[in-house]
Amino acid sequence: MSSGQEIILEFELKASIFDVAGEASSKTKRVLQQIGVRAEIIRRIAISAYEGEMNTIIHSCGGTMRVVIFPDRTEIIFEDQGPGIADINLAMQEGFSTAPDYVREMGFGAGMGLPNMARCTDKFDIQSEVGVGTKIMMTVFH
Amino acid sequence: MKLSEVQKVLDAQVVSGIEWMDREVKTVCGADLMSDVLAFAKESTLLLTGLTNIQVVRTAEMIDLVGVVFVRGKCPSLELIELAGTKNIPLLVTQHSLYESCGRLYQNDLKSCYKTGDML
Repeated sequence: MSSGQEIILEFELKASIFDVAGEASSKTKRVLQQIGVRAEIIRRIAISAYEGEMNTIIHSCGGTMRVVIFPDRTEIIFEDQGPGIADINLAMQEGFSTAPDYVREMGFGAGMGLPNMARCTDKFDIQSEVGVGTKIMMTVFH
Repeated sequence: MKLSEVQKVLDAQVVSGIEWMDREVKTVCGADLMSDVLAFAKESTLLLTGLTNIQVVRTAEMIDLVGVVFVRGKCPSLELIELAGTKNIPLLVTQHSLYESCGRLYQNDLKSCYKTGDML
């Protein structure tokens, strides 16, 4: 898979640390702009990255965001250390949310995150195990 | 419509980014749910919101919003203003409510970024 041309960005996302929430997606967006990826593609990557970043910070016990930028595509992988999603089909439904009120007061937790991520990406895969963690892999072609 | 005209229609004050007032606004989104904004905002969209936390600026940055208008006289924090400055996002404050602000812009031919029936 490695062509030697990819750019790899890795970020640690800490649970419930909201003042820097969005920084990882912001840095990702800047790199994509610097290498000249088309604006409409950057927009889709930025939205899915940001929703994923917020999700990890809101819902998980902490995790990582790994971005691999190839010449023809960008892959984003979120991995966290739990608590895991009991019913993925339910979580993928628009409007379904388990977010607490303080998250809703920040403008998130409306149950749009996962559907929005799936919509903005060309490939979207989610695996989760309760008590273990969640892994989301997304690809957007340039 | 230019941001400078939006300012007049909403009797708004410019909190930061006065140098961006000639930006063109094509559609408007009135929302406190940032995920809805992320899902439905289009190119050259202006956000009207009652939320004043830092995620508003993050959202604006991700989807290149034209600017943000805080309604009902809500003043953003210095931290938010500074972040918006580094991202070139103009901020305005109007004393009008979200409903009134949207109505005024709609009367001036600015339409919603969301078309009824739009799907995710």
